[in-house]
Amino acid sequence: MKCVGWKCSFRLVLVLGAVLLAAVPLSAQQPPVSPAAPAATASAPTPEMHKAVTDKLAQLDKDVKAAQSAGDNAWMLTSAALVLMMTGPGLALFYGGLVRRKNTLAIMMQSFALMALITVLWALVGYSLCFGGNGPVIGSFEHAFLKGVGADPNPDYAGTIPQATFMVYQLMFAIITPALITGATAERMKFSGTVLFMTLWFLVVYAPLAHMVWGKGGLLNAVGGRFPCLDFAGGTVVHISSGVSALVCALYMGKRTGYPKVPMPPHSLVLSFIGACLLWVGWFGFNAGSALAASSLATSAFVATHFAAAAAALGWSAAEWLKNGRASALGAISGAVAGLVAITPASGFVGPMPALAIGLIAGVVCYLMVTKIKAIFGYDDALDAFGVHGAGGTIGALLTGVFAQTVINPIFGADKPAGGLDGHWGQVGNQLVGVLIAWGFALLGTILILKITDMITGVRVSEEHESDGLDITQHGEEAYNLES
Amino acid sequence: MMKIEAIIQPSRFESVKDALREIGIEGMTVTEVRGHGRQKGHTEVYRGREYTVDLLPKIKLEMVLPDALANRVVDTILKTAKTGKIGDGKIFLSRVEEAIRIRNEERGENAL
Repeated sequence: MKCVGWKCSFRLVLVLGAVLLAAVPLSAQQPPVSPAAPAATASAPTPEMHKAVTDKLAQLDKDVKAAQSAGDNAWMLTSAALVLMMTGPGLALFYGGLVRRKNTLAIMMQSFALMALITVLWALVGYSLCFGGNGPVIGSFEHAFLKGVGADPNPDYAGTIPQATFMVYQLMFAIITPALITGATAERMKFSGTVLFMTLWFLVVYAPLAHMVWGKGGLLNAVGGRFPCLDFAGGTVVHISSGVSALVCALYMGKRTGYPKVPMPPHSLVLSFIGACLLWVGWFGFNAGSALAASSLATSAFVATHFAAAAAALGWSAAEWLKNGRASALGAISGAVAGLVAITPASGFVGPMPALAIGLIAGVVCYLMVTKIKAIFGYDDALDAFGVHGAGGTIGALLTGVFAQTVINPIFGADKPAGGLDGHWGQVGNQLVGVLIAWGFALLGTILILKITDMITGVRVSEEHESDGLDITQHGEEAYNLES
Repeated sequence: MMKIEAIIQPSRFESVKDALREIGIEGMTVTEVRGHGRQKGHTEVYRGREYTVDLLPKIKLEMVLPDALANRVVDTILKTAKTGKIGDGKIFLSRVEEAIRIRNEERGENAL
């Protein structure tokens, strides 16, 4: 969880322990005060000595806190950079390789534009709407224009790092989430429409969901929420919200001209391959960084993340091998991404074995989603944003309720079970409520925003522009000028 | 003068070129082309979607030769380009009326 009461007490125990440890050698280093017979002198400490010890303890307390803050801050700044790398170049390359040659720059530009657009919105109101105040549904304008966001920690969220670190880390999540949607609208959405849609989507769908799940007082917050929903790093907030919105966009915009008769194979799986590998690495910042400290919980999330990705790559590949007689590179990397998606909500709650199970299940289910289910319903989710993120996020959120372990993360208290296998099957129900609210919110919000966008800028390019390609028609340039 | 157009497997190209050089053929024009005859293409599968790729990559050699050399060249190509499988390609022969070297305007077989 982003904000957790248990962690604050955990910190307290750490600090006290460190002070105690430091205090023991301190008293031993005072030979004049405590010689061979301590009992004889213990009764008469002078006031000066008492003050010296108290000062020393206070100083040590400060030093321990500063040392911990330095360690946590180093990891969190690294994580923030890793998560940004997931969007650019990770996702940009992954998606860029999957489209046809004439749309390469356009899809990359959408990711890049979001890096700039969401950052500015985040500074103005975004951070505050997600993490200001303590309302059940949406934040406040408390931190608008980043007021009060500086070097001091915000104990509601991350008590050991500057709030500015927490703020910039969370920003990277807000960037990648809308960028994921561009996989469904690929090869046919106007750039102007994309900019307007994403601005509105961030304000209307992302900010409330992020606040509900992670914000103080949020409806779905695991600690103190009406429906305590476990979402360690963004299964509902990032993947269900973007995946379901992606499906709505694909249905609203209609198929690409010629789909599914005209062949639309990926133009460069090499680009996609590099992108997927960058996503895998970046995901360590995404999930392990969500511990918000350089703690053993971060290690646990890191390990779970890695194992799930590996199991999912094998799961997808095996399914494909059985079906087609071959394991493809695209299948393996798609499987890894599906596993990373599914482990996201669970990463800070499960050990390595449940992580393998979650990954394997996600790999196989997402394979069936993009090959079978998509074909049955006939929607054109061009790069499978729904099939991977919507489906993987939903599976992950539900399985988190099954596999969450108190021994990994005593989120509800050290003596209370976390997930179903721990003996708390009610958590699966809570997860379901979280999933349904996220689905509903993304569904309704996206329909509304698409209607508004359609009225103002339009959503889809003309058939002629689609056929010429978005690189030329939307941006006036080409990805590959082979003659030059 | 005869023009020889040979469409061959890309994997045989180096051998054919070397064999032609050995029998004294100095010039040729080579193009990477795509096409198919009786050879069927193959299918590619991307996330469950199958695409049939029926235009396969080939190499096209073009040479214009004095009549006397044409048969030897055809024999050499036949010998070196053959793998015995469908898809080995074809050779086309046609008569050429005139050849002109642009540099000094020589004509006929002298221009070859």
